[in-house]
Amino acid sequence: MARPGPALVRAALGVGLILPFAAAAAITLAASFGLLPALGGQAFGLDPWVRLLDQPGLARSVGVTLLAGLLGTALALGLAFGLVFALRGREGRLARLLPPFLATPHAALAIGLAFLIAPSGWIGRALSPWATGWLTPPDWPVPQDGAGLSLALGLAVKELPFLALMMLAALPRLPVVRHLAEGATLGYGAAHAWAGLVAPELYRLVRLPVYATLAFSLSVVDMALILGPTLPPTLPVAAARWLMAPDLALYLPGLAAATLCAGLVALGFLVWWLAERVAAALLRAWLMRGQRAKGSGRVLGFAAAGAGVALALATLSLAALAVWTLAWGWRFPDAWPERLTLQGWQSAGREGIWGLAARTAALGVAASLLSVLCAIAWLEAGTRAGREGPGRIEGAVWLPLLLPQVALMFGLQVIAARAGLAGAAGAVLWGHVLYAFPYALLALAGPWRRLDPRLLQAGATLGAGPWRRLLTLRLPLLRGPLLAAAALALSVSVALYVPTLFLGAGRIATLTTEAVALASGADRRLGATYALLQAALPLLAFALAALLSRKEGA
Amino acid sequence: MSGLALDAVSLAQPGAAPLFAPLMLTVPPGQVTVVMGPSGIGKSTLLAHIAGVLGPDWVTRGRVTLDGRDLAGVPAERRRVGLMFQDALLFPHLSVGANLAFGLAPEVRGRAARRAAVEEALRQAGMAGLADRDPASLSGGQAARVALMRTLLARPRALLLDEPFSRLDTALRADLRAFVFAHATAAAIPVLLVTHDAADAAAAAGPVIQLRP
Repeated sequence: MARPGPALVRAALGVGLILPFAAAAAITLAASFGLLPALGGQAFGLDPWVRLLDQPGLARSVGVTLLAGLLGTALALGLAFGLVFALRGREGRLARLLPPFLATPHAALAIGLAFLIAPSGWIGRALSPWATGWLTPPDWPVPQDGAGLSLALGLAVKELPFLALMMLAALPRLPVVRHLAEGATLGYGAAHAWAGLVAPELYRLVRLPVYATLAFSLSVVDMALILGPTLPPTLPVAAARWLMAPDLALYLPGLAAATLCAGLVALGFLVWWLAERVAAALLRAWLMRGQRAKGSGRVLGFAAAGAGVALALATLSLAALAVWTLAWGWRFPDAWPERLTLQGWQSAGREGIWGLAARTAALGVAASLLSVLCAIAWLEAGTRAGREGPGRIEGAVWLPLLLPQVALMFGLQVIAARAGLAGAAGAVLWGHVLYAFPYALLALAGPWRRLDPRLLQAGATLGAGPWRRLLTLRLPLLRGPLLAAAALALSVSVALYVPTLFLGAGRIATLTTEAVALASGADRRLGATYALLQAALPLLAFALAALLSRKEGA
Repeated sequence: MSGLALDAVSLAQPGAAPLFAPLMLTVPPGQVTVVMGPSGIGKSTLLAHIAGVLGPDWVTRGRVTLDGRDLAGVPAERRRVGLMFQDALLFPHLSVGANLAFGLAPEVRGRAARRAAVEEALRQAGMAGLADRDPASLSGGQAARVALMRTLLARPRALLLDEPFSRLDTALRADLRAFVFAHATAAAIPVLLVTHDAADAAAAAGPVIQLRP
């Protein structure tokens, strides 16, 4: 029995939440070739590209972006494999350990990491002068090194928890125990069997998240502003800067650079795809040799240790932020400030940090509620249409995760302006819902479809109609996953930098935009205060979600 | 014409042969009819079809009527056909009492009256005073009794039983079987029992129909 309602809901959500990304990409692409109806330019031309090529340091920008993105993603992937292998059999504990790391916003993590790894940072201080002999910090370009290594490290630390969680979600679909037992009966150790038999299949299952990670790493702006090179900056940073410039002379190369960012992601995908082929061939050759060596154990052990270091760095980054916000008189090379005071918080309070935090939280809560509501509507429409699987259209929710944000911003601005929302809080909220929705949907879809359908059938035979089944059975039964999806959506919203900046036309400040703006400033303490508060919001949301869903189980 | 009637009902997946030969049967009120057949023949699927909870990817033929009303196109929640599964399927987020109240027909109005109806159902199940218990704390037999009472409180006009005793041990099974049949007969509604246990069929003391491919 065909009912138009559910199909209509899905179509409306698709048009409102997924189509804008495709449209925005097309608008930016057209604009970079001179088709700019919004700015009065109609002539097709290569002017933006000619001007882009005139920009000094473009080749270096492109090179460092590619290097840092590929290296960061490869590191995150390798470390995630090591972590999941090392904690096999304790997946539950790992799954509880990772969400706080996932929740930490990129900007806060990058600012904390910069405090940690700079020569004048916490690690340098802890080792000075006894190990390094430094009485003044050396003038090394760390972070913001020209090769993008600090950025790659930051990306690896930030993306490791995401990839590890995706692997944990995929792991139950693999016959791991059987693979390891088969390996053992053939004389292969657990590490060898895991690396040779489990890891390749696991990789196949997390391939889409890996490509999303790669796309993100190749196009990140906030982290690259803090950890990436400056002269020249990475391409997405340059593109964002030119597009935010009031000068039209920079706007045109900005448009071309935004499109080039998308091209760079495509190139990155191609490189990664080729690397996949090479890795598969090497793996086959290695397995064919049939050697029962212990090398794979060492490699995986090394990766696991690296993952431990990465998680420690993430933790220490937040700790460094916390100490900096309280520091008074912290001279190099002291490992601890002279005194702890609340003066930093008081002066930040005078600058209006609490109002900013409240606004950021309100935006996050609104975006979270709306995106979870949209995800529920999407899934319930599928349920009522009698659809059990995700269907083909649902794959499109990965679109915003695979397209660089900078490449979409001009298009999204045009769309928002057409809707009469330009630069308004409404445009920012819309942008946040756009980006939070895919995460809410991905977090909710699995638990939604795994719910025993017979419970709902029992409800139906007891006389409960679709609305009562949804409100009194399905949603309460999915309370834990709903809370987790809401927390995740909030953390996505709080972390958003580029969409906030562009859709707010630079006029709508959040903790994130301010923290990034202050990161390069001279006042470390003030920057740390904004960054710590930015990290506190999603962490609080995750803690609250965990607490509320535990109550239910009791 | 009262009772549950199947007129040449058959079920098939698209492009596949029907699960069983077209089925004709009439169950008058108060009678228990037993449907038997090897596993995989589609016994549970048949009950899901009658209850209206079969997925959309099935090709169904024939007519199902309840008290003379054709059930085709009627959503499950408006059929008033009770269905008991192999598992009790109590809602884990609701207390035992709330599970019963969920089933209780909306015609019973007023908080006191609804509470009394729930208490009475629990008393009949030999579980008086357990309304606030978590369903997870019930034994298998208790959970099955609550599930039956929940189904009956919805005042169904027909009752479908999908091997509801198969998960219980032999002693409990006879006990619960007697409980179910007593209540079903008292409700004076047609009962269709699906089973592959000959003892179930014998105890039902009604017609036995074999499903054949």
